[in-house]
Amino acid sequence: MNALLEVDRVSKSFGGVAANREISLSVPAGAVHGLIGPNGSGKTTLFNSIVGHHPLDAGSVAFDGTRIERMTVPRIARLGLLRTFQQTRVYGAMSCVENMQVSAPHRTAHGGVLLRRVPAAVTERAEGLLEFVGLAALRHHRAGSLSFGQQKLLEFAMALMFRPKMLLLDEPTAGINPTLINGMIDRLVRANAELGVTLLVIEHNMRVVMNLATHIYCLAHGRLLAAGTPEEVRNDPRVVEAYLGGE
Amino acid sequence: MSTSANAARQEAPRGGPLSGAGPRRLGLAVLAAAAVAAPFVAPGLQSQMAVLWVMVVLALTWDVVGGQMGYNSFGNIVFFGAGMYASAVVQRALSLNAQETTTAGAGGAEALLAPIQYLGGLGLGLACAALVAVLVALPLGASILRLRGHYFAICTLGLGVAAGEIASAWDWLGAGSGLVTPLFPEALGNRNRFFCFYFLALAGACFAVLKLLYRRRFGLLINAIRDDEDKAEAMGLPTIRAKVVAWSVAAFFLALAGGAYGNFIGFIDPLDIAFSGATFGVWMILMAIMGGRGTLWGPILGAMVFHVTQELFWTFLLGWHRVAMGLLIVVIVTFLPDGILGWVRERRGGAALAEGRRA
Repeated sequence: MNALLEVDRVSKSFGGVAANREISLSVPAGAVHGLIGPNGSGKTTLFNSIVGHHPLDAGSVAFDGTRIERMTVPRIARLGLLRTFQQTRVYGAMSCVENMQVSAPHRTAHGGVLLRRVPAAVTERAEGLLEFVGLAALRHHRAGSLSFGQQKLLEFAMALMFRPKMLLLDEPTAGINPTLINGMIDRLVRANAELGVTLLVIEHNMRVVMNLATHIYCLAHGRLLAAGTPEEVRNDPRVVEAYLGGE
Repeated sequence: MSTSANAARQEAPRGGPLSGAGPRRLGLAVLAAAAVAAPFVAPGLQSQMAVLWVMVVLALTWDVVGGQMGYNSFGNIVFFGAGMYASAVVQRALSLNAQETTTAGAGGAEALLAPIQYLGGLGLGLACAALVAVLVALPLGASILRLRGHYFAICTLGLGVAAGEIASAWDWLGAGSGLVTPLFPEALGNRNRFFCFYFLALAGACFAVLKLLYRRRFGLLINAIRDDEDKAEAMGLPTIRAKVVAWSVAAFFLALAGGAYGNFIGFIDPLDIAFSGATFGVWMILMAIMGGRGTLWGPILGAMVFHVTQELFWTFLLGWHRVAMGLLIVVIVTFLPDGILGWVRERRGGAALAEGRRA
């Protein structure tokens, strides 16, 4: 198995609620996989489990050959596994360029790194990526003054700034107006193809996820319900039932 | 709202437009010259000026953690007091030693020291003060800076109170009756002038160091922590390290201020002078907020406005000065929530972001 991300029978409960029950999935390097499921099915919890946001009840997670289920969030991030948030999170009082500059990779983190100037090359790359997501004109605006959709684009650009190996994207197109959605999909595809970033995408918009992902996992009630190609998942009666309600 | 201003900002090359850097540097030079000349022009106000520069250091250092990093600390006074005691203890030990070798004792700590002995003792005392403060700040910061929001604020408040209580019960530090610092030798001239220049130099050094740090990655990091610490963690930023460094930088300068302040006053009281949470401890926060937290000049401006108005109220409204001060604070916080500097910047058209300040 040459999987970049290997999730093995991960379980997580909050009180009596089992948010994740023995979920296993694997994403090979360079792939784009999708994660779908009705509201409350445990998708975001699974992301949190993977990136070390909370301790797991059971199971293991391996990234790039390293076991990470006991590592802290910043440490996992420094390995090259980043996540974005469903509700966008940017540094509101800082400018877009500063948001980008601070997101530059620093995997060789030691004391001296704090005192270092921001290199011109970093600023250049920051502006290039802002151009890539279409925010170049707003680069000196406060990130908090951007619209929700623009903040999503900025957050995506910040993630790319880090040169991650893999991105976990939590609903990258939710809340964006329909014309911007195509732009966002286009950029996700290009990030994958041109920058070689492996993607795992939570998405509610079926059209988006069916076009984007080569392989889809469907969660329901904290369990892995179905997995397969978009075609297989779409035609799986259990998936249809989970979304439309059965009985 | 301010498209023209934004457009102009984008036109301007990063690293400061030529029209801005020159006058700014000139203004700084004029200000520095005025600060140096002031004790000679108005010798009667020297001790007031010394206190003013102490206040500037207090406000600047509070703003590192409280403003730029967004961690409201009510306990920074701990480092001020710790530095004061550390320096006094070292100085007293050295001065007793010096008297034994020169005059064969009998004088106690109150006997006069030669200027060179005094300066040597003060220098070593201040160095130890800074060292002690940083050594306390590192482990303390590493533990309590994991708390967030109100929990952090309340914890630091407790620290300040605890430090005062410990000092007033610890016999080795003179307990409730405090410590006397070595007498200032007359040969060194006017004590107030001496300390006025010391505190001025310290405030200048503090300003320069912070200005440098804010323009480096450190500045970006602590601003990111202020804006969204969870995001900063998710982006792999070394948040704990940045927080501990910020806290230690504040402790370092606070200790250098406190160590000398004990000598300036001549006597250390554990609760009223060293760990004076109700005065300096609160004022440093008020000054930073009044001037504009999260900015470099705001705390300085706040300290000046605060100190001058406080002295004016003392002089003209004696008996009511605390009421007047309280009203002033209420007015400023209500009408200028972003401080004086924040208000000025807003009026100048949303130029709240200095363009490319780290380019």
